[in-house]
Amino acid sequence: MYELTGVTKRYPRGKDVVHALDDVALTIGDGDRLVIQGPTGGGKSTLLQMLGGLDRPTSGTVLLDGTDLAALPEARLTRVRSESIGFVFQSFNLIPTLTAQENVETALVPLGVRAADRRERAAQALASVGLAERLGHLPGEMSGGQQQRVAIARALVKRPKVLLADEPTGNLDEATRDEIMDVLESLWEEHGLTFVMVTHDSTLARRAPRLATLRRGRITVKENTGA
Amino acid sequence: MFFTYLRRELRRRRRAALVVASGLALGIALVIVVTSVSTGMNRAQSQVLQSLYGLGTDMTVTKAAAPTDGASQRPRFHFGAQDDGAKGTQSSDRVFAQGFTTLPATTVTAVAGQHGVASAVGGLSLDVVKVNGQFTRGRFQQQGGTGGGRRGPGGFAQGQVRGGGADFDVNQYSVYGTDVAHPALGPLTSSKITSGRNFTAKETDSAVAVADAAYARQKKLAVGGKVTVKGVAFAIVGIATADSGDAAADLYVPLKRAQTLAGDKDKVTTIYVKATDSQSIAAVKKTIQKNVSGTTVTTSADLANTVSGSLSTASGLATTVGRWLSIVVLVAAFLVAGLLTASAVSRRVREFGTLKALGWTSGRVTRQVVGEAMVNGLVGGVLGIALGLAGAYAVTAFGPTLQAQLGGSGGRSGGFGGGSGGFGGGFGGGFGPGRRAAKSLEVALTAPVSLTTVALAVALAVAGGLIAGAFGGWRASRLRPADALRRVE
Repeated sequence: MYELTGVTKRYPRGKDVVHALDDVALTIGDGDRLVIQGPTGGGKSTLLQMLGGLDRPTSGTVLLDGTDLAALPEARLTRVRSESIGFVFQSFNLIPTLTAQENVETALVPLGVRAADRRERAAQALASVGLAERLGHLPGEMSGGQQQRVAIARALVKRPKVLLADEPTGNLDEATRDEIMDVLESLWEEHGLTFVMVTHDSTLARRAPRLATLRRGRITVKENTGA
Repeated sequence: MFFTYLRRELRRRRRAALVVASGLALGIALVIVVTSVSTGMNRAQSQVLQSLYGLGTDMTVTKAAAPTDGASQRPRFHFGAQDDGAKGTQSSDRVFAQGFTTLPATTVTAVAGQHGVASAVGGLSLDVVKVNGQFTRGRFQQQGGTGGGRRGPGGFAQGQVRGGGADFDVNQYSVYGTDVAHPALGPLTSSKITSGRNFTAKETDSAVAVADAAYARQKKLAVGGKVTVKGVAFAIVGIATADSGDAAADLYVPLKRAQTLAGDKDKVTTIYVKATDSQSIAAVKKTIQKNVSGTTVTTSADLANTVSGSLSTASGLATTVGRWLSIVVLVAAFLVAGLLTASAVSRRVREFGTLKALGWTSGRVTRQVVGEAMVNGLVGGVLGIALGLAGAYAVTAFGPTLQAQLGGSGGRSGGFGGGSGGFGGGFGGGFGPGRRAAKSLEVALTAPVSLTTVALAVALAVAGGLIAGAFGGWRASRLRPADALRRVE
């Protein structure tokens, strides 16, 4: 469960100071699914990075199951990321020289999983996203949709509590977008994850039960009655 | 995962990896070639010095030079007048200590007793000049024939001296009196007995000789034969071949015999000294000079300073230009490797940012970067060692000949003139007191590669990899995942 209180993030840009987040307060329950929307530069990705422990707020607290990610030492924060949080990025962010299976394995490396177990779990994760036949393929040999499936398998192979997705369908065509969203939603339901997704796509936003909007660093949350 | 990832990344960036490895290889190869050539130079110099000193000698002690009356230090020859018509050959041997400078044999004991001296052995270097030939008297011929010749004013017969002259053969060679009881030190250690045997410890005053191979060839001497020096017949017991260049002498005889030949009883020209510790030679030199007055101590280092010629020039080049060139190339290679690695990390910010987001620690990411740089360094090391060995092999195979001139002015130079009509020339050159003759030697340059050199190359390769890895690793460790991911948005 996430509890964000008074989260502010400021950073300098030239002579100016950018208020990426301004006194954000947000609660996300276990198993919740939240979509964050807003204009470019509104602070969506910054908020996602706070939730993922990739960045620290200038002030405020980011509690994940009672632990303040903002105050954790770097080593423990890294541990939290490796154990509890899965990421899916817009550009897939796969390692181009590693096969699909090896890319998925990279998420298990920091957990100290033995090589044989890593291979087996990666194969299972890829099978769960429909890529059982593509284990040995390099990212460059796969379509965008397939690459994003590999990225989803990589995010979920360690069985995290939280899945954070930053524009996961931003680089995909409409048909593939729906296909990926179907995969994400079914996995969310299957694993009981807390799922937070940033998107510009209103169609996808309408599918989420809760919708947060960020404008100039300030957040408003509403229940999505149409979901 | 570490090795799989490393291998794939190196394969993907093989061109950049090859550039880094080649730069390091060039630097390492240069270090190997320069180091091995320097070693070769040192060996050549040692070889040159050894030809003077012999193996195991750390320094020599000679009499300090002092201004002397030159006239009294020239060999003199006396030939008595012979009767008219005498066809007899006249011969005269002169045996004298080289440079006419000797030390009393007690100096050997004094030097041996100095602190830091392991052993000291005396030697007597002699020059022998043998003049052998005959005079023919000129004949007085009166003018106007033989019968009842004309007489000039005062009643003296008028005429002129015709014919006559001198035909002399001059043979000069060197004889070295060696201490047969201490064969481990002295001039004979720079030669090997290639035929017959060396002196035995009992032959302290025997009429036996060891001939230098070159001199033996020239004079057709062989083991079992005889050679006569100043009327004394010496039995040749061995032939010695100099390890390099010229031998110390043409003939070697027991020290006592040499002293008798020269009339220098209990005298030596040179004392060969071995120090107890090769690191304290300079200190031993000081001690001897301080405690044994009237001596000049010459160490290998002193002698090395007098080496001139192409060996000296090449040695200078190897130690200055070669060393600096190696350092410059190595530093440049290390910098290029470091910058290329850091630049490669900059191009992979998204990759490393993603890995950090997945929970990879900075240490793990850094290890990956350093690992790749280390492999580059090791590949560069292997290439560099191969290139360096090939270079060193080429130098040895090509074997350029270097000339070494060992200092010492004066010496035995100068010619003996003379011939029909009397001594038209005379003894040129000088027998400078206490000075060793200038000596010119030719040595082939080699470039031996020692295990230490190879170890140095491996260490440099590892250092190159570590330096490059440090650049890249530092860059990677400072990478914050949020910044890395933000940069690609």
